[in-house]
Amino acid sequence: MTEKLYLYPIWLRIWHAINALMFLVLLVTGVSLQYSNIDFPLIRFDYAVTYHNIAGIILSINYLIFVLGNLTTGNARFYKLKIKGLFQSLMKQANYYMFGTFKGEETPFPVNADRKFNPLQKVAYVVTMYVFIPIMIITGLALLFPETIVENVFNLSGIYLTALLHGIVSIMLLLFLVIHLYFSTMGKTPISNFKSIVNGYHEAHD
Amino acid sequence: MLKKSILALLFTFSISSMLTAKMIVNMDDEPAHMEDNKLCFDCHSKAVYQYENEFSGKIERKAMNPNFIFKPEEFYSGVHRHFSCTDCHSPDYETFPHDAELRLEEMYSCLDCHGGDETYARFHFETIEEEFQKSVHATKHDESFNCWMCHDPHSFKIMTHGNYKISEIVEYDNNTCFSCHDYKTVKFQRISDSIKPPLEEIHDFLPNFELHFSAVRCLECHTDTKDTMWVAHNILPKEKAVKNCVECHSTNTMLTAKLYKYQNIEARKDRGTFNAVLLNEAYVIGANRNIYLNIVSIALFLLSLLGVAVHVFFRIKKK
Ligand code: HEM
Repeated sequence: MTEKLYLYPIWLRIWHAINALMFLVLLVTGVSLQYSNIDFPLIRFDYAVTYHNIAGIILSINYLIFVLGNLTTGNARFYKLKIKGLFQSLMKQANYYMFGTFKGEETPFPVNADRKFNPLQKVAYVVTMYVFIPIMIITGLALLFPETIVENVFNLSGIYLTALLHGIVSIMLLLFLVIHLYFSTMGKTPISNFKSIVNGYHEAHD
Repeated sequence: MLKKSILALLFTFSISSMLTAKMIVNMDDEPAHMEDNKLCFDCHSKAVYQYENEFSGKIERKAMNPNFIFKPEEFYSGVHRHFSCTDCHSPDYETFPHDAELRLEEMYSCLDCHGGDETYARFHFETIEEEFQKSVHATKHDESFNCWMCHDPHSFKIMTHGNYKISEIVEYDNNTCFSCHDYKTVKFQRISDSIKPPLEEIHDFLPNFELHFSAVRCLECHTDTKDTMWVAHNILPKEKAVKNCVECHSTNTMLTAKLYKYQNIEARKDRGTFNAVLLNEAYVIGANRNIYLNIVSIALFLLSLLGVAVHVFFRIKKK
């Protein structure tokens, strides 16, 4: 029997689509800027700057949809972390991904109307959405208006330090994306989660 | 990588040897002719000067021609600080009112004093002259365009041979260009009939125009990138200016051969590598790369792909 749960409301899907698209633009243009090379330009430098800025601004505004949406709808409940027993449940889920799933075991935290994410997913999403993305938005905006940045911190250029933080967190986000994309293939079928984030309905494991 | 650090080291040594060579102008002692010069500065540093009219016995107040106003602070922080005014100007100026004919006094050009002299060999005045002759300043203008147009001997400082910060070098050198090329100045109109659009309009292709103008000099883009001069004087026609961002925004940034070659040796001694010079004062996207961050990020990325690959492998195998 395939049970269908409506877990991804329309505002969330719109947010996610815009977010994913802008994220990819930022990733490609960002890599192009950081590794710019006269002989092998990935994207022409001035174009890359413009696209990166525009995509960054759109993603930032879009982020408000995510925050406001979660503040005003029940979706926020899926992100609540309970510290008590967190470590055990994380280990349980990790164990399942590393061994259980290959032995055909049942997933320890099946999706239902009150639980959209397993513990690992939850932690990853909370850290990404409420730590990494805000850092990227703040450092990104600062670099867009560099005159707002402190000039000199311990003899290093403040702009450089800001750019360094922007760069480090961008790598964390790249890792998030790789893991996010891969674990999204762990649904009922490899593509069922991708269908869900488009049509809104979750397909539960049999 | 190794090759790069060796190059950077050689570069550091060659520059430090240039800089440690004895300073020609003693900047620490009191200027040699302050007393005598004060007589001139009494009037020539002020917008309004006064004197006693010998015929009427009255005190007269007159406005000074702005071209003849010089600030003592600037003069005494410039390279000619130990000069007496009458070293270059006729001693007849010592009487007031000055003889009208003195106005026609000829001005020295830099080479009159500095040309063919061993003492100044390291400044390459002759090469500067040759380069200047090729530049638009010489080819698009007549002889009245001389060194003075940009370098006023009353205040000239050698920014690139001292302990100045890069931002100070940039500001000083750019102000030299702005003194004519800013559309608001009269100086430009003195030698040209054309009216220039504002600089920010001509340079609107630059993202964050102001940041660029305060971080690099006009010279960076408007002289030949392969220029070997300490300070380039061959200003190119505008069509030949650098417009390709990557010339600066890449690891082999041309700025290393231009602006950043002046970074004072002290900073180099402390920090060593060339990248440190870049970090110290400027952040140039694409040029400052943190090598460790690059290695770690690529390693982490590959690890995550490897993890995924291993997982996929077992998923297929255990199906
Ligand atoms: C680039 C292509 C991307 C694809 C194909 C993709 C795919 C998916 C899929 C299939 C889901 C549903 C599964 C689940 O709920 O875990 C999902 C949810 C989610 N994705 Fe993505 N994603 C992408 C990019 C991103 C990026 C860049 C971020 C954040 C930086 C992100 C953040 C999220 C979050 C927070 C959820 C959960 C939303 C909720 O239900 O409240 N995704 N994504």
